[in-house]
Amino acid sequence: MLIPFFYLLRDGGLKTSITELLTLLEAMQQGLAGQSVDDFYFLARACLVKDESQLDRFDRIFSVYFKGVEDSLSDLFADIPEDWLRQQAELMLSDEEREKIEALGGFEELMKALKERLEEQQDRHEGGSKWIGTAGTSPFGAYGFNPEGVRIGQQGSGNRRAVKVWDKREYRNLDDSVELGTRNIKIALRRLRKFAREGAADQLDLDDTIDKTARNAGLLDIRMVPERHNAVKVLLCLDIGGSMDDHVRICEELFSATRSEFKHLEYFYFHNFIYEALWKDNRRRHSERIPTLDITHKYASDYKLIFVGDATMSPYEIVYAGGSVEHWNDEPGAVWIKRLLRTYPNAIWLNPEPETRWDFTPSIKLVREIIDDRMYPLTIAGLDDGIKALH
Amino acid sequence: MTDQRFTSTSTYVATDDLKMAVNAAVTLERPILVKGEPGTGKTQLAVEVAESLGRPLYEWHIKSTTKAQQGLYEYDAVARLRDSQLGDDRVHDIGNYIVRGKLWEAFESAVQPVLLIDEIDKADIEFPNDLLQELDRMEFFVYETKRLIKARHRPIIVITSNNEKELPDAFLRRCFFHYIKFPDKETMHKIVDVHFPGLKKSLLSEALNAFYKVREVPGLKKKPSTSELLDWIKLLLAEDIPPEALRTENSRKAIPPLYGALLKNEQDVHLFEQLVFLDRRTRQQ
Repeated sequence: MLIPFFYLLRDGGLKTSITELLTLLEAMQQGLAGQSVDDFYFLARACLVKDESQLDRFDRIFSVYFKGVEDSLSDLFADIPEDWLRQQAELMLSDEEREKIEALGGFEELMKALKERLEEQQDRHEGGSKWIGTAGTSPFGAYGFNPEGVRIGQQGSGNRRAVKVWDKREYRNLDDSVELGTRNIKIALRRLRKFAREGAADQLDLDDTIDKTARNAGLLDIRMVPERHNAVKVLLCLDIGGSMDDHVRICEELFSATRSEFKHLEYFYFHNFIYEALWKDNRRRHSERIPTLDITHKYASDYKLIFVGDATMSPYEIVYAGGSVEHWNDEPGAVWIKRLLRTYPNAIWLNPEPETRWDFTPSIKLVREIIDDRMYPLTIAGLDDGIKALH
Repeated sequence: MTDQRFTSTSTYVATDDLKMAVNAAVTLERPILVKGEPGTGKTQLAVEVAESLGRPLYEWHIKSTTKAQQGLYEYDAVARLRDSQLGDDRVHDIGNYIVRGKLWEAFESAVQPVLLIDEIDKADIEFPNDLLQELDRMEFFVYETKRLIKARHRPIIVITSNNEKELPDAFLRRCFFHYIKFPDKETMHKIVDVHFPGLKKSLLSEALNAFYKVREVPGLKKKPSTSELLDWIKLLLAEDIPPEALRTENSRKAIPPLYGALLKNEQDVHLFEQLVFLDRRTRQQ
């Protein structure tokens, strides 16, 4: 009973387990579902789905299975991982259109098509849901007037490398092989822990107390020690803007996980590559810059250095003076990163681009050479390897 | 085993799916995990379940420093050491120094109790894993006294989470799950009715319209939720604001009165004011 349904759920990407199915059957045996389909639906949902982000998927499978509705399954497996759904662009274009644009080629075309679509939507957005992609139940649907209309025009920066967002295959792999989430990232980061006692003595040191009490002829002599803290110090340098826009979510997750995991965490932003200055607040990146030299002077060399960036740029930006896309740099980026690496020998580079692409991008190759091949993909496995390399 | 069913109470409106999830959890004696936007009544649910089924309620509020062991029991070694120094007779029985936790108290209850584990996501990432066995078998072992504590009646356990941390799969598998979605207008009418029985129809519908309009403003960091709406209505009543003042279309001042009760975030207020300003300008043109 319900076994085909169970397999359909699993095929649909829900992580439903046998225990949960048995729970459902047990509940039905107790007569909880009653006679109505609605009741059964509520019951099945409470038993089988454990995450609100999966609810929609469950609803679709349920309707397919129990009503025989021709909500075609291909729809369900639209291949587009949620992260990409969040990209407004995806939401606005259908598959065919996307292919067409891809055939026409070019980012400009894409932006034009998006703009057109957005303008159209503004005129008659009453039928809102129509405009949202096949797989969409995304929060974007709710937007009454259209903030994207402006944003897309402004945010997409000119030097983005063409239309890689549409490359569904690539990201499906990334999505399937690992579940990146803050929890997983945190667990991976735990390996980097190194405990040390410092600060106020507020914990009872049992061994020492026993020892001292015995020496004190049995009269109690309580000894305290400071609590153990994670003593690892981390410098995190994040690439921001431009081609990194595609990876914002994953970087945010990594960032929030590291923030809560390390007490000594300093973070800085850069754009594309490291030059003579970094910044801490991206909104004030032009006015409040911190000289890279100040950083190397301020933070001791026991800090571990983690770069996060796609290292995807023109090689000029790395090897030539004046190569930066944003400003005139007197010394090439390669010189600056080498200075950093000399100060912080424990360094890795995490790259959100899929590993299969690394060989085809000259700038990634270049960065890998500079950093002694300590570049790791921003996946759980990559993070694991990277952290091993940091030790 | 109980024949009682959880239903809406005089102070709480439960939707059909919520009732089903709670009743399934009660019948199968498994924990129920409740998630939802802040302010949609997750914590309140446990209180209402206890009241509607007539059961005692034990509340265990989780903080970032809470350890799973604290819910079971704690051994006060320092007190015992001190007593031994003073030659107190109590020192011979180690049981005198075992302090019971909330879970133990719930296990000892003479009738089946309701246990609320509030905001489980606040605790350390391993916290839910440390409770797997206890929640599954409803028993645990006290090493100091070599005693096995078994629940007299499996408590109805309501766990709430605000999604600050993801919960481990093994833990989720043992729970029923319910996501309290934001109430639609119809349900919201009922909820407000329950809290303010004598409210004027016109004021209520104007207030709800204004409220949902605020919620639909894109880009708000924290959307106002049910509890904020209830607070706001309370304020509107206290200030005796006429329903007409809420009708934004006519009035030139498009910001609803006392909106401070709805928007709790400086950036949100700022954004909202900007949008209203823009709106007014386009209308004048």
